[in-house]
This record gives sequence, structure tokens and C-alpha cells, in this order.
Amino acid sequence: MTRLFPTAVLAVLFTMSAAVTASAQSIDETINSIFASSTGWFVNLIFSNFPGTSFPWIVGWLVVAATVFTVYFGVIQFRAFGHAIALVKGDYSDPNDAGEVSHFQALATALSGTVGLGNIAGVAVAIGIGGPGATFWMILAGLLGMASKFTECTLGVKYRNEYANGTVSGGPMYYLTKGFAERGMPGGKFLAVMFSIFCILGALGGGNMFQANQAHAQLTNVFGDYPGFITGLIFAAIVFAVIVGGLKSIARVTEKVVPFMGIIYVGTALIIIAMNYDKIGWAIGQIFAGAFTGLGVAGGLVGALIQGFRRAAFSNEAGVGSAAIAHSAVRTKEPITEGFVSLLEPLIDTVVVCTMTALVIIITGQLISDPNTGLYVLNEAGTAIRTVGDNSGVALTSAAFSSSIGGFKYILALAVILFAFSTMISWSYYGLKAWTYLFGEGKAQELTFKSIFCVFVVIGASASLGPVIDFSDAAIFAMAVVNIIGLYVLMPIVKRELNSYWSRLKSGEIKKFT
Amino acid sequence: MSEKFVVGYDGSDVAKRALDFAVARAEAQGGSILIVHVLEWSPYSFLTPEEIEERHARRTEELERAEKALMAPLKATIEAAGVPVETQIKYGHVAKTLCEVAKKEGATQMVIGRDGDGGLSSRVFGSVAGSLVQVAPVPCTIVP
Repeated sequence: MTRLFPTAVLAVLFTMSAAVTASAQSIDETINSIFASSTGWFVNLIFSNFPGTSFPWIVGWLVVAATVFTVYFGVIQFRAFGHAIALVKGDYSDPNDAGEVSHFQALATALSGTVGLGNIAGVAVAIGIGGPGATFWMILAGLLGMASKFTECTLGVKYRNEYANGTVSGGPMYYLTKGFAERGMPGGKFLAVMFSIFCILGALGGGNMFQANQAHAQLTNVFGDYPGFITGLIFAAIVFAVIVGGLKSIARVTEKVVPFMGIIYVGTALIIIAMNYDKIGWAIGQIFAGAFTGLGVAGGLVGALIQGFRRAAFSNEAGVGSAAIAHSAVRTKEPITEGFVSLLEPLIDTVVVCTMTALVIIITGQLISDPNTGLYVLNEAGTAIRTVGDNSGVALTSAAFSSSIGGFKYILALAVILFAFSTMISWSYYGLKAWTYLFGEGKAQELTFKSIFCVFVVIGASASLGPVIDFSDAAIFAMAVVNIIGLYVLMPIVKRELNSYWSRLKSGEIKKFT
Repeated sequence: MSEKFVVGYDGSDVAKRALDFAVARAEAQGGSILIVHVLEWSPYSFLTPEEIEERHARRTEELERAEKALMAPLKATIEAAGVPVETQIKYGHVAKTLCEVAKKEGATQMVIGRDGDGGLSSRVFGSVAGSLVQVAPVPCTIVP
């Protein structure tokens, strides 16, 4: 069955693409308009502004939370940084636990879920709308987000479910129910159900449609224009083969190749930055100037800030709760150790990888500015900065890289497809955990969710970027609404764990094994 | 001081020959045998979310299977021959783990087999026998 399936899909595809090329664009348009009109209300709810301002409340919600955790845990992101590295290196791992999931493995798997198109396409969206100044706010949000990640991942491990057969399930669903019960607070179950619903939507949105959409955008960029549903069907077939057919080999290859693609990506960005070393000072100047003056971008200073925060949150998922699912299976006696390890995630994802993308776009001069005023020139609608060749999203990143290293767009296309694919695999897992939390464990329930997931791959590849990105953000941020309420209630528990662990570490009770 | 032989064992024919060799020596010298079975494992490999979730369960299974299928029958036969024997199952890099066990358990000799048909991969990455020759902390016998 699994062997036959991809062949059958390909055969169907060939016939379809021949027969429907003429009407193909209209299929995409139909999917797009139905999708946009059916998700609009949800998007508007999540992104509504504080009354009387143009500042979306959800962005404030995330940043305030990250700041609160940073202060409450005494700048844990810097205090525990060295210890986090030591944990990942395995200095504190008991050799008798060899063969169990290591801190490194949990971090690598969680990262392959977050390092995705948010880092390549999302950053381009932020810079395209918010200008270079968005980079500053993005980095700040990444640094603050480390504290949110620390809090949620500690809880994820502490309150995970360990089953008799040795498997584990963890995540906000479990700490919301068990943690609230432990503190004697009502409403844990309700929040857990809400979280699960939003997590399913987030898995279908940012973890799926946005990835399929931008993978298609990059493919058309390389191979010329063709209908999105074709990319969607091919992607859906491969995802189906992996998550339903159990084709572990594909997933395994992806998991191994993705980290190397990440290194190639950052390496290339560094080379491009080095090639333009004379502009580094100028680019950093633009980032700071844009962060506080806006440099004439759409929405001015607030526009830059919102875009920066929004894309950082979308990319590193700090406070969203997804990482708590990914990190919860690590083997450790101290839940807090996984919290320390997880705080490296926003650092690598946002402060390193996203910043590279931003610098390359700025340094290669993709954004058009008025030579007389130094301000950026907006497009006709006034919604984004005009770019060389009118690119946005992943196409903008691609143009920026290719302008320095011709032909890089082919490597980037491969990176985009692999990142998109690994993010989809991770999010299909997060979504599945939420789904089985709601509907119970079982093969039938799992198959239902996995099938829905594959359908949304096709929708995502067919719809246009605007509605997809809005829905993706809205769904992922809705997860954060619920999750962060939980984190506020449960943060004293994390503090207790932290104080106990830290004093034992300082007194030498917790020792290195090496 | 009585001899303690660490034998790297993976159930293959050459591993059996190595074990027979070690048992014969131990019997003659009044020494003891420590059979070590190493499951290749790196804490820096990459796993999918499902694999991570199931890892603890799989590890338990792997240990049980190795104990039941490999170690228990061996232990019984060697003990019947009157040679004191212990077994250990470890995860890690094979050569490195064998050396660690040898050091920790105060072994006086190590014995492993080699299959001798060094394919391309062992030419490129080296073989267990090849690595042990270079890093073994105690005298090491390689049985062809």
C-alpha cells in the first residue's frame, strides 16, 4: 500500500496537470477565496488592536509575558547559558543512561521543528513591511523569548505522562491539567482543551499551510509559474507516506540533512556578509535607526516593532507551547535541565538564523530607499517597502542571496523544501498529540487527524500568502494566549525547581560525570 | 593476580570464535570472563519526534532482547564449563565503550574477533578491531 501510493498519486498528477492546466489558476483562486473568507473572523479577533491604538494586543501579550519571565527568573537566559551548553554537551549525563534520549537529541528535534520557513520567509516578510528596524525588535523578542521557553519546557517535562509501555506524552495539555490541580486552581481542564483546539489549528496553519505555501513560492521562483495545488499534492503524498505509511526512512533522512542545510544556510549568509564587509556598519546603523524612527516604513516605528515581534514569535514559538511537547520526552531526573537546554532554542533560531537572513536582505540592498531623504519607498498600496524586482516572502530572501552568489536559489529551494518538510513532520506530531488528547488515543483517531493534515497541505500550497500567513499567525498566537495564562499560574513551581537545582549545583551535589 | 578477559561480543561467528579463545585461556589460567555487548549509539544522532517519544520503550526492549537472546545462554554454557563469567550490555561507540569497561573493571586482557573482509566502509571509517589496536588500555587479542 505505501509503495503503491506515491506512484498512484504521480500518475493521477500527470493526467490532472495535462487536463486542467487551463482551469488550474481558477482552482487556486477558488481555494484561496473560500479560505480567506472562512478564516477572516478568527484572524481579526486575534489581531485586534488595543482600543485607541494600532498595536495588536497579542503582540503585547507575548512580549509582556517574556519580560515577566525574564525578570521573575533573574535573567535566567544569561545566568544559565553556560550550564545549558554543558548539559547539551552531555557533561552532566549519567553514562548508565546511554541509549536514552539525550539533551542534544531533544534540542535538535525541537529545533528542526522551529527552524523552518519562519527563518527564511518570515523574516523577509518582517523586513519587507517593517524595514531593517524590525530586526532589532526581532532579536530583542528572541532574547526575551528564551525565558518563556525555559518556563514552558521545564513544565512540559515535569508534568508529562509516562505510560506503562515506556512511551511519554507531554506538553501544555498535561501541565495545564495536572499543574492547576496541584495548585488547587480551577479551569485547568478547560484551558487544556482550548490549547488543544488551537494547537490543532496551529499545526494546520503555521506548521503546515505556511510551509507548503512558501515551499511552492520558492519552487515557482526556480522552475517558473505553475499551479499551487500540484506542489500541494506532491507534498501531501510524501507527508502522507511518512506520517500514515510509516516511511521512517524519509523522515530519518530529513532529520539528518536539515541540520546540515541550516549550517550551509548560515555559512552562506556569513560569506555574503563578509563579501560586503564595508556595508556591515551601515546595515547595523539602519537596524538601529529603523528600530527607533521607522525610516518611513509602513506604520512607522510601531510597524517595525510589531513586525519584528510577530515574526520572532512565529519563528521561535517561545510562549506558544509547542516546544513543551517536543522537549518532554528527554531522559532526565531533573525537569529543569530540559528548561535550561530549551532556552538555547530561541537563541539559535532567532538571534542567529533569523538575524542572518535579515542582514543579507539589508546588506544586498533589496529594499529601495529614496536617495534624497534616506527613507524607504513604499509600494502603491502603502503596505510594504518596494523591493528590487517586487519580491516578498521567500522570493525576497532568494533574490537577496542570489544577488551575491548566483545560483544560490537552487540550494535555497532545496533548503526551503527540507525545512518545510521537517517542520510539517514536527507539527503533525504536535497536532496529533493535541488531537489524541481531545479524542483519545487510537489508530482511527490518529488516521483522521493525519488525513486532515494532508488535505491542508494542498490548501496551503494553493492559497496566496496574505490569508495563509494571517491564519497561521492567528492560530499559533491563539495557542500562546492559553499557554501563557498557564505559565503565569505555574511559574512559582518552576521557581521552586530552579532554586532547588541551582543550590544543589552550586554546593556540588550535582556533579559532572566527565 | 588472576586474569580477567573482556570479550566484545555481538553474536556473530567471529565473536563466538573470540569468546571460545578467551574461555579456553581463562580455563587454563584460572581467569574469569566479562562479556560486553555494545549497542551502537550516539547521543548526537538525530531522531524524529515519534522516535524520541518511543525511545525509552525501545531501549528497554533492546536490553531485554540482548539479555535473553545473547547473554543468558552464553552465561549458562560458560558457567557450566566452570569459568566465572559476567555480562554487561552497554550503549555507545563500540571501541570506546569496550575500553571504558576494561578500565573500570580492571581487566587484564581484551579479546575481540574480526571478520577480515574489510569492506569500503571499514576502509574509510576504520573498524572496531582497528580502533582497539590503537586505543586499548590493556593487551588486546584479535581473533581472526
